[in-house]
Amino acid sequence: MNKLGSAIFSRLVIILPYAWLLFFFLVPFFIVFRISLSTTAIAQPPYEPVFALADGLSGFFGKVGQFSFANYIWLTEDALYLNAYLSSIWIAGVSTFITLLIGYPIAYGMAQAPRTLRPTLLMLVILPFWTSFLIRVYAWIAILKPEGLLNQFLLSIGVIDQPLIIIGTNWAIYIGIVYSYLPFMILPLYSALEKMDNSLIEAAKDLGCPPISAFWKITFPLSLPGVVAGCMLVFIPAVGEFVIPDLLGGSQTLMIGKTLWNEFNANRDWPVSAAVATILLLILVVPIVFFQNAQAKAEEQGR
Amino acid sequence: MSNWSRFNIVSVVLGFAFLYLPIVLLVVFSFNESKLVTVWAGFSTKWYVALFNNQGLMDAAWVTIRVALLSATIATILGTMAALALTRYTRFRGRLLFSGMVYAPLVMPEVITGLSLLLLFVAIGFDRGFVTVTLAHITFSMCFVTVVVQSRLLSFDRSIEEAALDLGATPVRTFLEVTLPVILPAVLSGWMLALTLSLDDLVISSFTSGPGATTLPMKIYSQVRLGVTPEINAACTLLIGLVAIGVVIASIMTKRREVQRQRDEQAAFAGR
Repeated sequence: MNKLGSAIFSRLVIILPYAWLLFFFLVPFFIVFRISLSTTAIAQPPYEPVFALADGLSGFFGKVGQFSFANYIWLTEDALYLNAYLSSIWIAGVSTFITLLIGYPIAYGMAQAPRTLRPTLLMLVILPFWTSFLIRVYAWIAILKPEGLLNQFLLSIGVIDQPLIIIGTNWAIYIGIVYSYLPFMILPLYSALEKMDNSLIEAAKDLGCPPISAFWKITFPLSLPGVVAGCMLVFIPAVGEFVIPDLLGGSQTLMIGKTLWNEFNANRDWPVSAAVATILLLILVVPIVFFQNAQAKAEEQGR
Repeated sequence: MSNWSRFNIVSVVLGFAFLYLPIVLLVVFSFNESKLVTVWAGFSTKWYVALFNNQGLMDAAWVTIRVALLSATIATILGTMAALALTRYTRFRGRLLFSGMVYAPLVMPEVITGLSLLLLFVAIGFDRGFVTVTLAHITFSMCFVTVVVQSRLLSFDRSIEEAALDLGATPVRTFLEVTLPVILPAVLSGWMLALTLSLDDLVISSFTSGPGATTLPMKIYSQVRLGVTPEINAACTLLIGLVAIGVVIASIMTKRREVQRQRDEQAAFAGR
């Protein structure tokens, strides 16, 4: 009885979440891929061919014959899509780099803080993450507008005499991404830096190593796993970001998340948006696998 | 500690100022008398009154709360199971795929998850609405629960589980009476995380929602596109307040539990 119960329990614990993720996470990707090979139709749902159980096996193969790569060819022919992919990668890359530059000193400062203060500091980094993403992006509209708070402040202290045009430019998007994803960068950096043995730095100093080269030779290499994890956590979702370019960017801002959204909601072209999603996924597969290997390694070390 | 140099202090303080200033400004201007959110014209709570008279927003808030509570609870159960599977059963067929499916949603752009779930619901002929939004939220938030619970399970002393099993407790009983009490704080913070992720989500909800299931972020988004208004600031302030209260209660509870546990352990070691 005990053995049977044990077997059922362990099976259930594995099978339930496994089946859930298979059905709601993995299977949908195949559906996306399949629809990306369909052609647009004025119907409900707006694409052809549609599979139905009633078709049977021969009907199934008949419809496979109707598959077309027209949507992918369309994507290569219109420069809009290529530019959107490239500019998404560029914007995400620049933002990730700025986030690293800002996040590293913060994480380092936190890791050097008195031990009793650290949990509070950690809590303060996590706290903004609990407030809505949308709200945090929204908050920046009032700050960055031409007549907004930042310009009022800068004009009043006399740094500028013309309001800066920030909103609607890529700078607004950089600021939005850096701000929204900063905790994702700080947390892995902090956990890597906190574990570091300070006596290594002291030894280097005793041996006459200047602080800056001690940082580049010891601290930074040892924090590299945190740097990689932080950069992946920022870069991957930032490439497909929709809310930030939509609210802070302008009409000429090209980001693939926004293109996909418009293709789907405004143009109602499901097959093309499915093709856009498939290619985006292919671009992101490499960094995602990279991220997962890092995760798996961390998991193994934890065991 | 002498290590905490001036440079360290300045970077931490500036970092926190950057993180908090926008939120503080948003809250302050929700009490602004004027309709402009950039010019201060005196204190007023009229936007909160307007907010509570806005039936559309109130309906959306109600939908959001129901989706969040339901999806967070199911996501916590599934996510905890997945964490157990990953830490306790190191060898089973398809484990690599499983761990891949757990970590990938953490970084997957929301537009892809949203679109793919929508196409799934259409393909199986499921009408979009409350149920589909909830199913979608469960799917992406359960993985966050798994990561939180998993880190607790990894630092867990397995010998007490083995002792319970050796003494003849069934696995289910061992889980309920030994494992669960220890990992409960992690499970609860996983639940909180799933709850806020659900309350927060705009993109996936927009894809998977149907008529009659408009969530608060969707409503806020559609109004933000028309312009920034103090009424939205008021709605955001209320949401921030709710989350802040929840976080404070949760952290007090964890602290109390921790103190209690330490006291129990000391009493046990002292042999009482």
